[in-house]
Amino acid sequence: MTDDKDVLRDVWFGRIPTCFTLYQDEITEREAEPYYLLLPRVSYLTLVTDKVKKHFQKVMRQEDISEIWFEYEGTPLKWHYPIGLLFDLLASSSALPWNIIVHFKSFPEKDLLHCPSKDAIEAHFMSCMKEADALKHKSQVINEMQKKDHKQLWMGLQNDRFDQFWAINRKLMEYPAEENGFRYIPFRIYQTTTERPFIQKLFRPVAADGQLHTLGDLLREVCPSAIAPEDGGKKNQVMIHGIEPMLETPLQWLSEHLSYPDNFLHISIIPQPID
Amino acid sequence: MPASVLWAVDLFGRVYTLSTAGQYWQLCRDAQLEFKRLSAATQCCWGIAGDNQVYLYVGASDVPIRRREETYENQRWNPMGGFCEKLLPSDRWPWSDVSGLQHRLLDGVALPSPHWEWESDWYVDENFGGEPTEKGGWTYAIDFPATYTRDKKWNSCVRRRKWIRYRRYKSRDVWAKIPSKDDPKDLPDPFSDLSVGGWEITEEPVGRLSVWAVSLQGKVWYREDVSHPNPEGSSWSLVDTPGEAVQISCGPHDLLWVTLWEGQALVREGINRNNPKGSSWSVVEPPGAGNGITHVSAGVSVVWAVTKDRKVWFRRGVNSHNPCGTSWLEMVGEMTMVNVGLNDQVWGIGCEERVVYFRQGVTPSELSGKTWKAIVAARESDHSHSGSSSSLLSAGCFFGDEVKGGSESAPSDTDAASEAERPRPEQSAPEELSDNSRDPKGSSALSPETGGSAECASVDTCPAEGQGEATQAPGASERPVVASTPAELPWTNIDLKEPRNAPSHSTAGFAETTGLSSLGLCPLGLDEPYGVDEPLLWAWVSGGSCTVEVGSALKWFTVQSGLSPSVQSLSLSITPAQTAAWRKQIFQQLTERTKRELENFRHYEQAVEQSVWVKTGSLQWWCDSKPHKWVDVRVALEQFTGHDGTHDSILFIYYMVHEEKKYFHVFLNEVTALVPVLSEAKHCFALYNPERTRQRWPVRLAAPTEQDMNDWLALLSLSCCISRKVHGRPSPRAIWSVTCKGDVFVSEPSPDLEAQDRLLPCDQMFWRQMGGHLSMVEANSRGVVWGIGYDHTAWVYTGGYSGGCVHGLATSNSNIYTQSDVKSICIYENQRWNPVTGYTSRGLPTDRYMWSDATGLQECTKASTKPPSLQWTWVSDWYVDFSVPGGTDQEGWQYASDFPASYHGYKTMKDFVRRRCWARKCKLVTSGPWLEVAPVALGDVSIIPESPESPEGDGRGRSIALWAVSDKGDILCRLGVSELNPAGSSWLHIGTDQPFASISIGACYQVWAVARDGSAFYRGSVSPSRPAGDCWYHIPSPPKQRLTQVSVGQTSVYALDENGNLWYRGGVTPSYPQGSSWEHVSTNVRRVSVGPLDQGLRRGVFQVWVIADKVQGTHGLSRGTVCRRTGVQPQEPRGLGWDYGIGGGWDHISVRANATRASRSVSTEQEAQDPVCC
Repeated sequence: MTDDKDVLRDVWFGRIPTCFTLYQDEITEREAEPYYLLLPRVSYLTLVTDKVKKHFQKVMRQEDISEIWFEYEGTPLKWHYPIGLLFDLLASSSALPWNIIVHFKSFPEKDLLHCPSKDAIEAHFMSCMKEADALKHKSQVINEMQKKDHKQLWMGLQNDRFDQFWAINRKLMEYPAEENGFRYIPFRIYQTTTERPFIQKLFRPVAADGQLHTLGDLLREVCPSAIAPEDGGKKNQVMIHGIEPMLETPLQWLSEHLSYPDNFLHISIIPQPID
Repeated sequence: MPASVLWAVDLFGRVYTLSTAGQYWQLCRDAQLEFKRLSAATQCCWGIAGDNQVYLYVGASDVPIRRREETYENQRWNPMGGFCEKLLPSDRWPWSDVSGLQHRLLDGVALPSPHWEWESDWYVDENFGGEPTEKGGWTYAIDFPATYTRDKKWNSCVRRRKWIRYRRYKSRDVWAKIPSKDDPKDLPDPFSDLSVGGWEITEEPVGRLSVWAVSLQGKVWYREDVSHPNPEGSSWSLVDTPGEAVQISCGPHDLLWVTLWEGQALVREGINRNNPKGSSWSVVEPPGAGNGITHVSAGVSVVWAVTKDRKVWFRRGVNSHNPCGTSWLEMVGEMTMVNVGLNDQVWGIGCEERVVYFRQGVTPSELSGKTWKAIVAARESDHSHSGSSSSLLSAGCFFGDEVKGGSESAPSDTDAASEAERPRPEQSAPEELSDNSRDPKGSSALSPETGGSAECASVDTCPAEGQGEATQAPGASERPVVASTPAELPWTNIDLKEPRNAPSHSTAGFAETTGLSSLGLCPLGLDEPYGVDEPLLWAWVSGGSCTVEVGSALKWFTVQSGLSPSVQSLSLSITPAQTAAWRKQIFQQLTERTKRELENFRHYEQAVEQSVWVKTGSLQWWCDSKPHKWVDVRVALEQFTGHDGTHDSILFIYYMVHEEKKYFHVFLNEVTALVPVLSEAKHCFALYNPERTRQRWPVRLAAPTEQDMNDWLALLSLSCCISRKVHGRPSPRAIWSVTCKGDVFVSEPSPDLEAQDRLLPCDQMFWRQMGGHLSMVEANSRGVVWGIGYDHTAWVYTGGYSGGCVHGLATSNSNIYTQSDVKSICIYENQRWNPVTGYTSRGLPTDRYMWSDATGLQECTKASTKPPSLQWTWVSDWYVDFSVPGGTDQEGWQYASDFPASYHGYKTMKDFVRRRCWARKCKLVTSGPWLEVAPVALGDVSIIPESPESPEGDGRGRSIALWAVSDKGDILCRLGVSELNPAGSSWLHIGTDQPFASISIGACYQVWAVARDGSAFYRGSVSPSRPAGDCWYHIPSPPKQRLTQVSVGQTSVYALDENGNLWYRGGVTPSYPQGSSWEHVSTNVRRVSVGPLDQGLRRGVFQVWVIADKVQGTHGLSRGTVCRRTGVQPQEPRGLGWDYGIGGGWDHISVRANATRASRSVSTEQEAQDPVCC
């Protein structure tokens, strides 16, 4: 692999082998077999788990079923985070497949948003896209697009169509030749150790002296604890799409190549596993 | 766009230049001289120095300025001693010029000035009209003013031969004093002003420059015979004026304006190609009585002026037909002078603060521009000082173009005598600091004592100043916690507006000001007193050599430190980004991730089912069956994608025939080429597969908009490339070709492409498009690829791919640059003579259209002729083209006895018709993986092919021989070309006695060239250690044929003549590389390319590819088809036939990089024993 375009493809076709198990307290008519699935890293849980839902509903009575939700090791999984982010943040150090518990009862209202239909996912996804483009291009690119282009982006994600999605998305990744990058880099930094859901600030891809900002520059600026932990001993991993890019990596390049389909760089800061 | 420079003189008479690519004024080296006036042209700059003498600066170039001196030796035969110098009393001089009227001894020919030197001694020219003469170069005739022949006959009574010697202009890159003739009457007084222009009146080869000067006594002078080959001109001649002149300005074309002592302007009328000095003067009154004009500057179709009260004026309605214009229009700003440069761009020098301003927004449609913008560039020596303050540099820098140079408010501050001494009572508002940004040294000089810097700092750290300030926070990297936005930010609430412009109150003369922007620049003076002397104060500026393209980004208006990013990215060597550790790590980790997360789980079900994606649309299709016409079709592209990303696509085309629905389909994995067909009216493209290639009838589809076509092309070509697993940079051994539209295509050679026993048919080669616009492209197997544009610009391949209309995922995001090309569209004005009125535009009923194309078959009027496609735009008006073959009279007419006939440039009694060529330039701007190799324009280029036997060991730094012919016919050898530096470093000029047209270098350093007179030459002794070789050997052309192109492979030599015949050079051996004779191979050939695998006779490979005409297809003959020579046998070295590939409409092919040898059954051992020919 030598070409930047291959990175886009690898990112898109990233898969997490997952084992879905029904929560033990759910009432079933017969025993529920676990369900195995390859989840696209760039998609959303509720978008790709129709099969899981069907599988478990077969063994349940209609009245025992309310809105589906997922949990991993006690943490309810936010459907509006991309799957790859959830995995990196919560489970990257555990063994594969990823064991997700499926619930149909006692929806954790304070932790999760409801996801009544695919439209909710689409609305969330598109609003992320628009926010990202607001940061990158003052919304100019996304606003100039036609409705069908927006639809194509969404359908591309929903149907796992790389070409369909990137045929439009590439426009969102362009920037004027005289600039050296976007206006601001759309990013979110997640940490399991803090209360705050994530960090998001305005950050330019290029420094005042024309130097490209790197991932390290970003972290030093907005999340210094990530690379210089207070207690000194414990180290953190900075993970995007299951890999740890070097801190010297230019942020603009990362944004163009390692952003999720919602055009954000979702960066997980997780404690280094002890092994 | 190569960089060009702006010339300027400061108050102390020092000359500086500022590059369009740079941001620092560079001091012109010759430091002793102080200059008063400068006037620049693209190749040179004229100036008047403090000693009131005229100086000329000609920039250095790899191509010398050389002129040929000739003299003829004449002899007459007498029975006693044969030919001897004793002539008859009535004869010409024994040594004379070509006419014989002037005595011209070899020793008598002197150098015209001390700025010239002889290149070599006199020698005899042995080339006679393209053919070598017998030894001694003698040509024979019956008597003296007669026709000379090469051969001595029984009646040859006289003979003559030509001696030639070259002189070179040597005073380059220095100020050369123009020698004043001794006669004091000629030049009564020193000059006070001078202007150079007029280079657009005549094109090459005349290439005249008009140099005008005004003397202290108010007289106007014209310098005779100034041109590129004669930069100094010959003498000054007086041009009478009705008043006393004080200043003069000559535009690039035919405008010449003079200011008079009394305040009026004089305008020269009647300047044209035949009369560069013009014929008469007209007077233009100043804008107001008592407010006389003090300074004028003329462009191509604009005139700017400054009056006594320092006001700037724009003259409306100026053009060639009405050089006086119509009325004055007052502009904002007060200037001491203005100067109009190339593209009618304007510079000025502000009155009080002596800053150079650039007029922004000057476009062909808005010649008066929009705003004055101060150039804040520092001196070259200064910028090293600003290094440590770089991190503080200005949030304002981020706004790029939106940063107004703050100083725009300055010119109205008329009370400011000089800003360095200027007291600053109120420093709190940012506007007041704005002056600083214009000149960093100015601000730094005052900051320590005035406290201005403290104010700067406080403003800088207080981003609450404007509501948009928070957005600037990242710039202030030294302050870590500046204005972060809340974490959970709904996108709609982020205020991303630019900082609102602070209301300006000090803008009397200037409508446009941005107070805030100056904020960004003021911290410059913060903690860095430069310690350099006073700011640059300017006295004079000249933009005559400065090309500012409309819309290009200049870096003159912001102060930046460090190497500018664009300069970095323009380096062609492998950028660190490609090899950087971080990139490798990402690639490697992604591979590991895929392995880790997927390897053992491939049997798992996919969450999202495979699906078929169908893209549908409405296009038009050029119907296969008669009647051929555009019919509306529905198209659907069905793509099946596996989860590993593998593709399989079919394009369905649904159409209606007699109200019956029909369809056909194309498998995209069989498509061999997708070619944009850029017609005047439609956005269409052609789709080829092997079958359609054989039929010469592609599927032609048209889209309603350019965007639609580009989307379809991008999608289809991506599908094709993916299904063939072709992507990224073409391999070094790829075959390159160019269509007649200038589109560049590339094909990956497969091993059996040149295998003899199982040849891959040419029509199955897959061609994909590279971005860019070229007329030819040449490659070699080490990845060096050069191209030449229609405007003869040389381009080097950057290693990127796609660009142009092939955008999207198939395009690399690095190494793609803007590329432009210019070509001329020609139409003909035809007239017939009748006894009553002479030549009129009334022809006979049988005649051609009175305005037509070259053939006369198509009517082409000035109004109806459009640029060749929608991508092109006109960039000039119609003009008469004098450079047509056959010559023209003074008005551009060519005469003939009747229409389809040969034309000549003078009228005879028998000529009843005449025509003249009108040309108009149009320009295309696209993008592609090409970088310009400035500044020499090329006509042909050839890179040494390397066979698989070539030594590989020397590595990527090993130099690669590259030869070229300049557009003027000079032979050039590029030095320093290697895989790491494909653009090379400099040209080595190879002296020749005539202009050349074509060149080719073979794998064993055999350099062959074809001169414009149709003769061939072989360059002896070229080797890696001696890249230029030693001398030329004249090779006679095939009988009665003028050669036009030559191509040399590993050993064999092929040439083309002007009638489309392909010739093979027989008898070429290592010991006798010139060969012995030309052997005819084929007719109807337009272009030939011989590859490195041409040792066919022994190895069964024979790599001769051509572009052929008149190839039979199902729908008639096709022009411009890629063909390969087949059937080469040891007994039949010239081959038997052609294998036809893609086309028509192809113009150029280069197979010289394809050294991909087929694996053969013959043991490699045996192969290795084969002696290598060279």
